[in-house]
Amino acid sequence: MKRFVLAAAAASISTFAYAQTAPNDVTFGDYGEIEVSLSGEAGDAERGLEVMVSRGKGNCIACHEVTALQEYPFHGEVGPMLDGAGDRWTEADLRGIVANAKNVFPESIMPAFYRTDGFTRPGDAYTGRAAEGDLDPLLTAQEIEDVVAYLMTLTD
Amino acid sequence: MKTKLLATAAICAAMTVPFGTVMADEDANLIIDGEIEITVRAPAPDHLENLDEIFSGWVYRATETQALQADDFENPGMIFVDSGHDLWNTVEGEAGESCASCHGDPEEMAGVAATYPKWNDATEEVRTISMQINACRTEQMGAEEWNLDKSELLNMTALLASVSRGMPVNVAIDGPAQATWEMGRDLYYTRTGQLDLSCANCHEDNYGNNIRADHLSQGQINGFPTYRLKNARLNGVHSRFRGCVRDTRAETYSVGSPEFVALELYVMSRGNGLSIEGPSVRN
Ligand code: HEC
Ligand code: HEC
Repeated sequence: MKRFVLAAAAASISTFAYAQTAPNDVTFGDYGEIEVSLSGEAGDAERGLEVMVSRGKGNCIACHEVTALQEYPFHGEVGPMLDGAGDRWTEADLRGIVANAKNVFPESIMPAFYRTDGFTRPGDAYTGRAAEGDLDPLLTAQEIEDVVAYLMTLTD
Repeated sequence: MKTKLLATAAICAAMTVPFGTVMADEDANLIIDGEIEITVRAPAPDHLENLDEIFSGWVYRATETQALQADDFENPGMIFVDSGHDLWNTVEGEAGESCASCHGDPEEMAGVAATYPKWNDATEEVRTISMQINACRTEQMGAEEWNLDKSELLNMTALLASVSRGMPVNVAIDGPAQATWEMGRDLYYTRTGQLDLSCANCHEDNYGNNIRADHLSQGQINGFPTYRLKNARLNGVHSRFRGCVRDTRAETYSVGSPEFVALELYVMSRGNGLSIEGPSVRN
């Protein structure tokens, strides 16, 4: 997650840099939606696809089936199928769901991908040891935008 | 999560199996060597509010993995039971005793594994069977403790499980054990780590569902110690707990910690009514 830290640092020193929003500064709407891009930039659907299927990134298909991603093996059944998500939700809704699904679905099992506090016994990634220092969000602002761009392509 | 399954089925009626899945025969029954009948599904014990039926993890394993456990010659865990037999008869420690000198044949211990973890009056604590074995070693034999979840102790717990196979798990959760049991229940329902998941999120809300390549079971421990094909050795309960907690991106508790002892009592009690089946075979 070095990239995120660097991007944030860059944003704070250069006035014309993209308006990146840090996890604790995100403004959620009444239904958990987020109106503005978290990175200040548009998302890239192709990179979003990579985040969706990579175990070390979003690993979204661990829980969700997506017909368009059929060539990537092992889709889970823990969450609903995502086919048509781009029709069911607006871009702002999807950004909110990926950043912190619990604002949209209370008590959801879906992890919050853009949240850094409020956890019980947070670990240092998957080592089983305690986390040292501040946590990085599971995905960077730009990765969230990329995933949202990909989800918007899932139309019926 | 029948509702989710139904929802998925409704969206895409033609597709019944998620992409890339190995299916298990969830209706199969387990009879070991044509002799020992294992209860792999049973009515949930009264204290379980959110489940009607309980299932052994065996039910959710692939057909080939299931078959390994139905035949003691095929079950790689049985080799460790043999090593456990040797240890049972080995004299060790200052008292010049072996397990056998106090307890006779291992078969005399039939039923014991089904009642652990259990309250110990003298020490006023809940003991796992591993703790009891170590207590016998230090107090009765004058021998060194064995390392928790390591080879000798796992081999011995495999032996003790094997002579109880087919007998129903029946741990006491009331009386002096109740406070520990409640602590275990709290841990079971506490979400941990950056993924913010509790045991219940996976093993109560989603058993029977796939999570990526894994087919989720109820996370029962009636089959421990388990021989896992993944690491080709016996695995103890606390090591398994550690792995699951680690996978929530959390700081885990340690093997033998009071938290895991409490969690072991609670999880074992969720299986009251299933048969002891260790050493079981899992992936
Ligand atoms: C551990 C499981 C899990 C993971 C991992 C997960 N989700 Fe979810 N997701 C769920 C569940 C469960 C729901 C349904 C909401 C609820 O009832 O909690 C959901 C709901 C959604 C929805 C709305 C459902 C719809 O289509 O109507 C979207 C969109 C979504 N997730 C996208 C994602 C993306 C993108 C990722 C990865 C970056 C992801 N999810 C990772 C479990 C998960
Ligand atoms: C993110 C999902 C997840 C969470 C949270 C989780 N587990 Fe698991 N667990 C798994 C998977 C996947 C397996 C392997 C498949 C199976 O047996 O269910 C497993 C296996 C197990 C097994 C082995 C079952 C057998 O038959 O051998 C036990 C016991 C277990 N888990 C207990 C727990 C406990 C206790 C907790 C909480 C401290 C927990 N798990 C939290 C995913 C999870």
